[in-house]
Amino acid sequence: MKQMPKEYYELLEQLQTVDFALIDLTLYLDTHPDDYQAIQQFNQLAQKRKQLKKQYETSYGPLQQYGNSYSNYPWNWDDAPWPWQV
Amino acid sequence: MWIYEKKLQYPVRVSTCNPKLAKYLIEQYGGADGELAAALRYLNQRYSIPDKVIGLLTDIGTEELAHLEIIATMVYKLTKDATPEQLKEAGLGAHYANHDNALFYHNAAGVPWTASYIQAKGDPIADLYEDIAAEEKARATYQWIINMSDDPDLNDGLRFLREREIIHAQRFREAVEILKEERDRKKFF
Repeated sequence: MKQMPKEYYELLEQLQTVDFALIDLTLYLDTHPDDYQAIQQFNQLAQKRKQLKKQYETSYGPLQQYGNSYSNYPWNWDDAPWPWQV
Repeated sequence: MWIYEKKLQYPVRVSTCNPKLAKYLIEQYGGADGELAAALRYLNQRYSIPDKVIGLLTDIGTEELAHLEIIATMVYKLTKDATPEQLKEAGLGAHYANHDNALFYHNAAGVPWTASYIQAKGDPIADLYEDIAAEEKARATYQWIINMSDDPDLNDGLRFLREREIIHAQRFREAVEILKEERDRKKFF
């Protein structure tokens, strides 16, 4: 188990918060495709998500791979900690 | 394809090493109404469901994989510091004999996961009704585990997962209505 700095948990939680709204909106829109307001909210959050992802990855490394995130040198995708280790 | 994201959907904290709780929680890992069964059920049904519902099955099935990782993390954190003696006391002696501290897809009673827990009937209404029932059963299971748990940190995560079952059941009910509307429309044209 790795104890990460306080800022790590804060930023991770910010990302998880926005992602939660995006996941919930995704399911909602799957059955309510004509809700204009919900789609507006979705797109705003998607933009915010992009910023948070960049901020998180700058400090703590790639969230995704297969080219969905950039890599540092040396390759840092497989660096610990993994999600169950923090 | 699927792309892994190196974070949990919801933070997992546990208060203390508690293998007994892990033993109960494994029901949601490899049990009949657990997260593995849910993910595999929806992601398999989607190939023969009408187009209007494929997105929903894909997205809920994918979220279930994230829940599977949350359960795994909970079990891992509850048991990682447990000694063989503690595991034995918690009723996990048989598990330890076969798996050491590794996770395995079985239910709280140690019965391994089987595909006979899930169905794909090809009939969209039958499949969606099964999905609604599965979500309600999973919700009930979370409640029974919360009732037995004395770990407030763990319960926070379990409550989140319980609420997600409610949302999923609601979305599946809406999917049934969408398909019924489509069917009724076809009758007139």
